[in-house]
Amino acid sequence: MTVSGYDAILIGGGHNGLVAAAYLARAGRRVLVLERRPVLGGAAVTEEIFPGFKFSVFSYVVSLLRPEIIRDLDLPRHGLQILPLESTVTPLENGDYLGSWADPDENRRELCRHSPRDAEAMSQFGRLMQHMAMAVKPILGMMPPDPTSLAPTDLAGMLKLGGHFRSLGAERFHALFKLMTMSSADYLDEWYEFDPLKATKSASGIIGTFLGPRSPGSAYVLLHHYMGEIDGAFRAWGFQKGGTGAISEAIAGAARAFGAEIRTDAGVAQVMVRGGRVTGVVLENGDEINAPMVISGLDPRRTFLQLVDEKELPGDVIDAVKRFKFRGSSGKVNLALDGLPDLTCLPGAGPHLKGAISISPSLDYLERAYDDAKYGEFSRHPYMDVVIPSMIDPGMAPPGKHVMSIFVQYAPYNLNGGWNDNRREAFGDAVVNTLARYMPNLKSKILHRQVLTPADIERITGLSEGNIFQGELALHQLFFLRPVPAWAKYRTPIRGYWQCGAGTHPGGGIMGASGHLAARAILGER
Amino acid sequence: MLKTTPFHPRTAPLVRAQTWRRWAGYQVASAYEPHPDREYAAVRNGAALFDVSPLHKYMISGSGAERLLDRMVTRDVTKCRVGQVLYTPWCDASGKIIDDGTISRLDGARFRLTAAEPNLRWLAMNAVGLDVTIEDVSERTAALALQGPLSRAVLEQVSPADFATLRYFRLVETTIREIPVTISRTGYTGDLGYEVWVDAARALDLWDALVDAGAGYGITPAGIWALDLARIEAGLVMLDVDYHSAHHALIEAQKSSPFELGLGWTVSAIKKGPYNGRQALRVERNGSPEWAFVGLEVSWESFEALYLARGLPPHLPVIAWRVSQPVYRNGMQVGYATSGCWSPLLKRYIALAHLEASNSAPGTAVTMEVTVEHRRCQAGAVVRSLPFFDPQRKRA
Repeated sequence: MTVSGYDAILIGGGHNGLVAAAYLARAGRRVLVLERRPVLGGAAVTEEIFPGFKFSVFSYVVSLLRPEIIRDLDLPRHGLQILPLESTVTPLENGDYLGSWADPDENRRELCRHSPRDAEAMSQFGRLMQHMAMAVKPILGMMPPDPTSLAPTDLAGMLKLGGHFRSLGAERFHALFKLMTMSSADYLDEWYEFDPLKATKSASGIIGTFLGPRSPGSAYVLLHHYMGEIDGAFRAWGFQKGGTGAISEAIAGAARAFGAEIRTDAGVAQVMVRGGRVTGVVLENGDEINAPMVISGLDPRRTFLQLVDEKELPGDVIDAVKRFKFRGSSGKVNLALDGLPDLTCLPGAGPHLKGAISISPSLDYLERAYDDAKYGEFSRHPYMDVVIPSMIDPGMAPPGKHVMSIFVQYAPYNLNGGWNDNRREAFGDAVVNTLARYMPNLKSKILHRQVLTPADIERITGLSEGNIFQGELALHQLFFLRPVPAWAKYRTPIRGYWQCGAGTHPGGGIMGASGHLAARAILGER
Repeated sequence: MLKTTPFHPRTAPLVRAQTWRRWAGYQVASAYEPHPDREYAAVRNGAALFDVSPLHKYMISGSGAERLLDRMVTRDVTKCRVGQVLYTPWCDASGKIIDDGTISRLDGARFRLTAAEPNLRWLAMNAVGLDVTIEDVSERTAALALQGPLSRAVLEQVSPADFATLRYFRLVETTIREIPVTISRTGYTGDLGYEVWVDAARALDLWDALVDAGAGYGITPAGIWALDLARIEAGLVMLDVDYHSAHHALIEAQKSSPFELGLGWTVSAIKKGPYNGRQALRVERNGSPEWAFVGLEVSWESFEALYLARGLPPHLPVIAWRVSQPVYRNGMQVGYATSGCWSPLLKRYIALAHLEASNSAPGTAVTMEVTVEHRRCQAGAVVRSLPFFDPQRKRA
């Protein structure tokens, strides 16, 4: 069967693909989104893994969703509802804890218990990071100019960028350069002395990358995660009602309202190319759909190496994509709980259970967790970011019951001997056993356990090597280098074939910026 | 000393930052946590529990009770059935609003009236010649508002009443864990919600029962800051904030008619017998009111640009503001906004405003005064119809 009549086909119903589809449909294009799975959202999906218990299976919080996308697509009308996730508690090895609270006074007093000096540094560090985030923010909304190109748009882009950096002033520019190059541990060392604080803060510098807190370049990832804070004013940070799948559904709702057609259970086998120009796609069921434009929301490996024949692309592009680093390093454990577990350091059901629990007691702890991964093993004692979504949104579990989401690092994609069922369960055991050190009654509350390794993430979502950002957020893979030099502006060497996933600038997190910028590029907007 | 409500022994230990405020001579929580974010979230996603005991409450009974209320308010009380609740303003002889509240018909000849201000004298003046007993039961009756999408599920745990059939603005006399209560499907949040009326002596038992039953449904004690955000989203007016009582206004310009407050729907068109303000309101209905009460949506781009021009990220109010802000169109002042907030749900900066009727059509572009870094600026805004938020579940 052959179908025609679309202006553009989006491959992949992940959040970026849906954002791009919504903007294109808003501009009057006839758009078709094809999603391989029965659910929309890619890595932002909510699924009832265990009867009555809903899980944000993969991505579990929202911090970076661009405010202009929320506005342009009127996402609240389509179900976007972000609930506050305000605190972080780090249980310490000595039975105490480090709390980070929403109220600045409570927060300062808490830190004073551990280090009065750090308590003071906190507000100044916050100011610097706000400056840094403001410095980087315009870049997030910018199509990356090619610094080697003399094309007017590239020159104008570089000029704008240069002007922007000059406007920062020397002090902020230096701070930004340090952030772009240093390790998060070194960067935080310049500010803080209390080790668990540094560890907890540096954790956001390692998420989704194959780096340790002492690896150069990790400070940038710290900033990437901090960027949600710039829009702190907009307050788009927190937990989506109904899980992250509800964000995907909200974007899909907006896209449909603009006239986009969305199909699930419609995997694409191949992108059809004739004479260097895209002509449509072939579905896994053999159906052909013609369109003059095809946009891939998949990661660069799938976009360039799997969906199209290698012979359609220049050799250097193929090479560059093959060298693009994925190296998934994180896993996820989702638990259905019969009741709330008690933290030894803070027993009972306090407000701390409505926030995050960070298993990051020291920098050494995190670095050792990385050491295991460096040599091909999952961390025996991993870093974990734990939230109990049912404490924030009672609809996630039956009354009195709970769901727990555990983001785990490190779990290397290339495990020694490879991942299999036994290794997956051993990994799950390591996670639960480690967490049980801080929550002794956790195991007795578990009704169901879902363990997801990077191999599982790849198998289910299609994310190559299970990398949650569609490729590492390393300096050599950012901005005009993402995914590969000269093809960072959402185009590909094949005419009519575009890319819009997190593997393009600025990438990573439920941000939607890649999808939005791709749509703007396609529509010829600056 | 301000009075405390019958729930004070339970609420006081929860007010972590001692953020209290005055309400009708009582002290009530502005917020229990230092910031109202979670309390507000409970209104829109769980079940928020508000202590609304400071409301003035009058029990009006006797064969003349219906007549008294019908004479006093703009809505047709003779049509109010037993078990029904009416929201209504009441006016002076010139058709200017004195106060607004609810009338609950408890039986054929017994009503409960709620009011923002004391109205005993006004009731007595209107009762002349009628066989009616007016009792101020404000202190004797405690009240909780349970508001939010899960409020019904919470009540179903503890009360035998049939909530599936209890319609919007209806009430039921029932029990909550053996405590006699009246539950009305009413509230000040524009969401699914109920108000529970109880003898003050049983107030603490009621609080404990609801908090216990609501544990699995995210029940959250919530204060006035959260309520204020919700009522602005719902486009509900507040006395002394969005309008002034005709009884307290010093000049005519401080008074508003129901039509000027967006409450034209409460003025019975083919109503009933004589009532306060009938003549004036009839004239106003046939003519055109001078003012309109509308929503404003501040343009984010415009607002953000004002801050970026000073090198700052935009600063949004965390709680609602209640000061008058001038509103302009083409450089001329056309009105003023009286309440505003960042809507955490809608992700929009919204305000309630009085605009000259000729400049109040939805979609009209105006500007609202904002202060950015000590400087008065004009942020672009668009007139919107109210309410900003009106979920199906409110009536379903």
